[in-house]
Amino acid sequence: MKTIFERPKTLLEKPFTYCPGCHHGLAHRLLAEVIDELGIADHTIGVGPVGCSVYIYVFLDIDFVMGAHGRAPATATGLKRALPEQVVFSYQGDGDIAAIGTSEIIHSAARGELISAFFINNAIFGMTGGQMAPTTISGQVTTTSPRGRSTVDQGYPLKLCELLRGLEGSAYLARVLLTRPKYIREAKEVFRKAFLTQIEKKGFSLVEVLSPCPTNWKMTPAEAVAWVENTLAHSFPPGEIKGWEETGHAG
Amino acid sequence: MQKILMKGNDAVAEAAVQAGCNLYFGYPITPQTEISEYLSRRLPDTGGVFLQAESEIGAIYMVYGAAAAGKRVMTSSSGPGFSLKQEGISYLCSAELPCVLVNISRGGPGLGNIQPSQADYFQAVKGGGHGDYRVLVLAPCSVQELVDLTYLAFYLADKYRNPVEILGDGMLGQMMEPVVFRNPDYPDISKEEWVITGKKTRERRIILCFALDPKELEKLNLHLAEKYAEMERSEVLYEVYGSEQPELLLVGYGTVGRILKSVVREAEKQGIRLALVRPVTLYPFPKEILRGQARKAGKALVVEMNLGQMVEDVKLSVEGDVPVYFHGRSGGMIPTVEEIMHRVEEILLKGGEARENNL
Amino acid sequence: MQVETLVGGFGGQGILFFGRILAIAGMLQNFEVSWYPSYGPEMRGGTANCTIIVADQEIGSPVSDHPHLCVAMNEPSLHRYGILVKKGGNVVINSSLIGTEWEKDGVHVDLVPGNSLAMEKAGDPRVLNMVLLGAANERMHIVSFEYLYAAVKDQLSGKPQGLVDHNLKAIDVGRDYILRGDVACW
Repeated sequence: MKTIFERPKTLLEKPFTYCPGCHHGLAHRLLAEVIDELGIADHTIGVGPVGCSVYIYVFLDIDFVMGAHGRAPATATGLKRALPEQVVFSYQGDGDIAAIGTSEIIHSAARGELISAFFINNAIFGMTGGQMAPTTISGQVTTTSPRGRSTVDQGYPLKLCELLRGLEGSAYLARVLLTRPKYIREAKEVFRKAFLTQIEKKGFSLVEVLSPCPTNWKMTPAEAVAWVENTLAHSFPPGEIKGWEETGHAG
Repeated sequence: MQKILMKGNDAVAEAAVQAGCNLYFGYPITPQTEISEYLSRRLPDTGGVFLQAESEIGAIYMVYGAAAAGKRVMTSSSGPGFSLKQEGISYLCSAELPCVLVNISRGGPGLGNIQPSQADYFQAVKGGGHGDYRVLVLAPCSVQELVDLTYLAFYLADKYRNPVEILGDGMLGQMMEPVVFRNPDYPDISKEEWVITGKKTRERRIILCFALDPKELEKLNLHLAEKYAEMERSEVLYEVYGSEQPELLLVGYGTVGRILKSVVREAEKQGIRLALVRPVTLYPFPKEILRGQARKAGKALVVEMNLGQMVEDVKLSVEGDVPVYFHGRSGGMIPTVEEIMHRVEEILLKGGEARENNL
Repeated sequence: MQVETLVGGFGGQGILFFGRILAIAGMLQNFEVSWYPSYGPEMRGGTANCTIIVADQEIGSPVSDHPHLCVAMNEPSLHRYGILVKKGGNVVINSSLIGTEWEKDGVHVDLVPGNSLAMEKAGDPRVLNMVLLGAANERMHIVSFEYLYAAVKDQLSGKPQGLVDHNLKAIDVGRDYILRGDVACW
């Protein structure tokens, strides 16, 4: 009998502990599939975040270094400079990468650091219980913006991909959704391309995943998916933000 | 072997290269920037990596990553920059990652100034970041000792899988003295068992800096405590100098330690018998020798370039057996032989009537 | 024996190099030496100073409260550091730039027109520092002259021979100025 679907080898046989409707599990699985298909599991090192996905190391069968909130790109830099032939990626939430770790991610991109960052954007601090993040959109209610984020008082959401686009060191930047099978298939190609950007030494790469947080958004999973597609994606337009063509790496 | 006249900062950098430092990450701050400059020239020639980080915080986590990869790695800074690194130092201790940290300290608090100071003693020896941890702290008093302790620092870091801090000051960093590079060839410590490389053909590995289960975190803390206890048993270093039958014991480390040697000699000329204990490791602290020497002298005078930090550890060490006096200068002021002699005479003449400190 | 020298002047007058040559000469002669500069903003255009200690025993503080010798290359450093000199000590004043009368009880003063000697006798205005070093060392006998020459050659190795020669010459010019005893005074 022909196997047409199985668990990727790099995804360990452990039930995900994320909330129902959260897309961390999907993103983990995509990572595992791409790592398997590229055949890099034996020399790939993940650097974890502080946030809901602090447990990412539990699920993926690769070496991991867990560090401090927001500092994963610096830690990944240290690893990559020490081990230039290994594949090094960071996995970070929006509080981690776009608030406390802004400096580290911007400068890693500016240096053209040969690492890949996977950025799960759910427009909120998830683990601490739904506080406002730099990515929280205008009018969005959180536990620290109970009247809705006011751009007058709290400013505008930070669009990390667009911010990094202007840096010469960034070689590949893309924003994806995982809300439909078609989007997931497209996202997988984006994940693959991010790793290839590193492996082929083109420069820094980052993939932003717009991801639902039904728990803190106080929605059902279905409502949350709809909100990602109809509202969040409106503020953060999906697509390739900076492709190899733009950076002269095509072909 | 050939003597070279060398600046302290350059000498630390050269010793690090000779000790096998593969990577260095740093951020410019006076009075230690020459370390970065030197390594930016020298490390690439040895196949090593020099990278100027975007911040002190960036630098310490680059150290974290490179240390996880099992490489010999170093960063250096001073005062305000070292404060920024404290978060990372706590993580390094938690994750048990070896590295060497150089603090060429300066006057504080705040931006303070760039002159020599010992005001970072508490930060260095008591665990300057959050959590229950210790960093091994080495305090050189000359350019030669900066070199010798740099070799030692890399070895001890690997031996204990713990950060080792070299605590100097602006004077040691900026001054030139003749120095000889004698790499003592400490034994290699294998990192095969824990190093992160990508899993290759083995089981995967994880470097963790947390344990959400309290039972597990207590276990980690007890394991760290055992390492610290072993350091206290095995790694204490100090120098004893001066009279065998002292009337007063002097205690000072680093730059002050060498000034106190001049005091001992000056006193001898005047017929006053002084002894000096100069702690070389500040953590672990040389408690026993201090207790013994202090008892022998009957009283002790601690001199520091701060307003009273190590004096607390001296008092703990002598356990109330003898009176402990203090003389401190701060803000980048360097105590002079003359002023310390005045304090010595005051203490010896007035005994119990003498002021406890010069503040 | 311990000789503590404090040399001060404007940035660019070669104060640190003065110190380096003296310290290396001391080291070559098997003395203990230390060299300690002023550092930081002072380096950027203001006055700079450097303390050099040459001793036959372990050096305690590399800073000197009361040096045996002060070499003042400009006026501010004379007023700042000259007063610190020990009784029985010496002050060498660069009289090309310092016109004010200055004296201190128990301190011997030499007026050496460093800039003009450098220009006219050593052939290079940049070697003012070596003129004053030659003069100061003749007055104090800190190190043997042969080690000063060796230190200059060591530190300038790879530099144009002309520059090396001017520096060596300058040391002799300063030395002769003291030896001849025609030192000006106020």
